[in-house]
Amino acid sequence: MTTSTVTAPAPAKTSGKGAAPDPARQRLRRRLAQWGFVAPAVVFMLLFFGYPLVRNIVMSFQHYTPKTFFTGEAPFNGADNWSSVFQDALFGKALWHTLVFTAGSLLGQFCIGLALAVFFNRRFPLGGVLRSLILLPWLVPMVVSGIVWRRILDQDTGVLNTFLDTLGLGGQTPWLTSPDMALLSVILVNIWIGIPFNMVILYGGLQEIPKELYEAASLDGASGWRTFRSVTLPMLKPVITVVLVLGFMSTVKILDLILALTDGGPADATQTLGTLTYQNSFVELDFGAGAVVGNVLILISAVFAVFYLRANRTEGK
Amino acid sequence: MAAHTPAASRRRWGSTAAGVLVLGVMLFPLYWMLNTALQPESGLLQVDPVPGSLDLSGFSKAFGDQGGHLLTSLLVSFGAVAICLAVSAPAAYGLARFGLRGSRTIVFGTLITQMVPGIVIANALYNSYVDLGLVNSYFGLMLADASLGIPFSIVLMRSFMVSIPGEVIEAAEIDGAGPVRVFLRVVLPMSRNSLITSGLFAFLFSWSDFMFALTLNTTDDVKPITLGIYQYIGAHVGDWGAVMAASVLSAVPAAILLVLAQKYIAAGITGGSVK
Repeated sequence: MTTSTVTAPAPAKTSGKGAAPDPARQRLRRRLAQWGFVAPAVVFMLLFFGYPLVRNIVMSFQHYTPKTFFTGEAPFNGADNWSSVFQDALFGKALWHTLVFTAGSLLGQFCIGLALAVFFNRRFPLGGVLRSLILLPWLVPMVVSGIVWRRILDQDTGVLNTFLDTLGLGGQTPWLTSPDMALLSVILVNIWIGIPFNMVILYGGLQEIPKELYEAASLDGASGWRTFRSVTLPMLKPVITVVLVLGFMSTVKILDLILALTDGGPADATQTLGTLTYQNSFVELDFGAGAVVGNVLILISAVFAVFYLRANRTEGK
Repeated sequence: MAAHTPAASRRRWGSTAAGVLVLGVMLFPLYWMLNTALQPESGLLQVDPVPGSLDLSGFSKAFGDQGGHLLTSLLVSFGAVAICLAVSAPAAYGLARFGLRGSRTIVFGTLITQMVPGIVIANALYNSYVDLGLVNSYFGLMLADASLGIPFSIVLMRSFMVSIPGEVIEAAEIDGAGPVRVFLRVVLPMSRNSLITSGLFAFLFSWSDFMFALTLNTTDDVKPITLGIYQYIGAHVGDWGAVMAASVLSAVPAAILLVLAQKYIAAGITGGSVK
């Protein structure tokens, strides 16, 4: 899949024996016109995805200061950015938070999403309507969701603590203001955001499983749980892979939600590689340090992508 | 079918009840957003579970403060959709039909772009935008926002255009239509649904964008609603009613699209991910 294996068009010269060069030129013109369809998109993606990748690597070896944007000077400074970022304790913390945040979010989103997909896979009145309405949280801008949750999770006047208080379950939980709680709270909110997406894709996968398999399982007297484990899960595996990979890619780089909920605080308790990149570059205007953290973020994604591609290949598809 | 027995019927309605409960929990935060918006006088105090009276002053304040940002969002999003479709529809057709050398590499590259974190793009893009004078410009933000939808749209439309029967296109070519004409007159009308789905998602991606709005703008000239609300909470800590009213307004397009274009959205989520 990595290499292009499209066969080249037959060389034009062999076909046009003694004829005028017209057919060959015509074919060339045709090819050029065809490339005209594809070229804008290729150029666009090179500019907006390829170029930033390369530029970030270069930037990570340059010394940026707030003055850079007036003078245009960003001298190369070897591996200074790298060593200063790696020596900063905040980088290690942010890396750890990123991994915990991603793993926790994926676990929660996936399990609840799968449970809901199985639930909605049954036929019952209004099932379709309810299922489509659940998508709403996913369609609301993520910053906005974050801000709404910030109000809900407010320690003194937020509705969650009010509710817990009514139930006699404490109700003074400092969800976003305690360094011990904040990361967990951010994960919980992100799980809420991700459930609809997981549910819809897994539901689509469940619909593809042939009904006969379930009939056969029930004829064999398999219990519900047994059927789920030996029919549903194996059949769903390709879809599960897709959901988890896409989930990983979109979760590991999250910025909006964390900025809206906690701005990385309190005491850097929710600082991730994404927010650290932002802070280095756009708050402290040290784009070199931001580029270093960004490169680490890309590296993590790339390693994951390689694993994914390899897993896909061994599946023999 | 045993579904007609009273017990089975009761079980099915039981499922409906459970489904309503699940939906209630999932949508509660959005209800709370609306509820808080309708109680602007509660300020920093506790909010009642239901609004006592219909107080729209939060909304009028939000409209006054954020109305312009809503318009900016609309303008930028429509621009981004136009750029996105103009770039990705021909590409999707080219990749689906022409068998060009390197097509598969391009499709693979398109998928890989999903891996690049937005903040990394912004990091490099900001510096080029400064050089090109695109910071604080509508066009710059439209271009950046279009990049959010282009890979998705190419993958989605290509997978649809592959299934257009070759005979239809060949028939048009025999009638003397050139590739551009075939594309405009035959392929695009046939791909209407995938075009709509791509456009919808490009709109949603752009409307929800916060990162590019935050990083590619240094003044108040171009401020979409997402950035407007984010800065609102910084400035109006005590005025949650207005903040929530602005949030409701920002969620309206999503709600409208979900109701009007449910079919396309479901198709987009599954089609764009399970290629």
